[in-house]
Amino acid sequence: MGGGFADSLRTAWALVTGFDARLAEIVGLSLGVSGTACALAAGFGMAAGAWLAVVRFPGHRAIVAALNTLLALPSVVVGLVVYLLLSRSGPLGAWGILFTPRAMVVAQTILVLPVVAALTRQLIADAWRGNGEQLRSMGAGTAASAGLLLLHERLALVTVLLTAFGRAISEVGAVMIVGGNIEGVTRVMTTAIALETSKGDLPLALGLGIVLLGLVGAINGAIALVQRRQGAHAQAVGK
Amino acid sequence: MSAALIEVKTGTVRFGALTALADVNFALRAGERVALVGANGSGKTTLLRLLHGQLAHEGERRALVDAQGREPAQAMVFQRPFLLRLSVWHNLMVALWLARVPRAQRAAQAELALRRVGLADQRDRPARVLSGGQQQRLALARAWAVRPRVLFLDEPTASLDPGAKREVEQLIAEFAQEGMAVVMSTHNLGQAKRLATRVVYLEGGRVIVDLPTADFFNQSLPDAAAAFVKGELGWPA
Repeated sequence: MGGGFADSLRTAWALVTGFDARLAEIVGLSLGVSGTACALAAGFGMAAGAWLAVVRFPGHRAIVAALNTLLALPSVVVGLVVYLLLSRSGPLGAWGILFTPRAMVVAQTILVLPVVAALTRQLIADAWRGNGEQLRSMGAGTAASAGLLLLHERLALVTVLLTAFGRAISEVGAVMIVGGNIEGVTRVMTTAIALETSKGDLPLALGLGIVLLGLVGAINGAIALVQRRQGAHAQAVGK
Repeated sequence: MSAALIEVKTGTVRFGALTALADVNFALRAGERVALVGANGSGKTTLLRLLHGQLAHEGERRALVDAQGREPAQAMVFQRPFLLRLSVWHNLMVALWLARVPRAQRAAQAELALRRVGLADQRDRPARVLSGGQQQRLALARAWAVRPRVLFLDEPTASLDPGAKREVEQLIAEFAQEGMAVVMSTHNLGQAKRLATRVVYLEGGRVIVDLPTADFFNQSLPDAAAAFVKGELGWPA
């Protein structure tokens, strides 16, 4: 057992360092799908989060509570809902994108949108609490205030985006359901690991696991770097 | 007597159960320099915010509007100015954009404002790494750049060292000489004496004394105001 694992690990390492074409294709698709989903979620989520941070209206608290609840949205539930929407009999069946990377992008966008929106809202709300009056005093309306605070907090927003990307690239439930794990078409790292493990092809599963771990590690490293830079900046301005 | 630029009649401001200002009457005329003094929690900042139109209130707040129905241009400088994580230059340009200054005039006005406060050589530095005094000068430049008729200052030198305090006071005096009406809250009676033409003493959210500066410092005042001037006032209970 121990020897088998060590052999698998050696083979996995050879696949990674040898830039195995199959492995590269899976990694490339994973990065493309999760990157696109995060970019889309960033556009909508940051705008919505910043807007929610600077406005007040009846039902505002309920919306914020609902948004925070969606932070824990299970990926299989997202997969199921998107599957129902995109299946032939579903309301968006005419799009014909089920079991394509586009469907995976849709699912992951829905999955990380609440993450981006909720974390952005919290960040901008904190900045608004301390500085909103000064912005209003200068003549800033709702949209200008939200936009300027997004610009002001841009370094911290990188952390939000990296967090969302980490969530997207490491989820398996949604992409498995709406992508179908089709080799060469919709197979990404997490679905490939699940499949290869069930088939007993541990070297490829482990190789993908190493890449996934490396990516998540790189994301964590980037978050730490951004936070260190923010800390140094805050220290420099005596904040 | 000229018409008031901004006037409050029986102005009352409540924050939940707390009445921060009660039945305040106050009129600001062109060219006046008013110092609001009083202990912590007396209502100085609340009165500034009310005059600036930033607070929901009871009573009447009226401003002298022009033919287009616009209030006189106003700007406010806070004790700790909020500067965006941008360069000195871009902070000024944002302020001019928010004040709806036409795009073609912004650069010239920003340049002029930077020179006015002696920060022309700092224009490309990040605003938030400037010293406290420089940040306050930038906040004054941001206010001056939009050509306000009324300038509100909330304890503008409270957190500055003596050198920076002198520089900021000098700028405020120069702005006032240019014809801006100034209303400032301060704990510093020396500053009130140097800069103001009129001193208003507040206590418990009410205006207790409202006198020309010379009279405020030479006449006999109600007990609490006299104790405040002598520096004998304790913390509010």
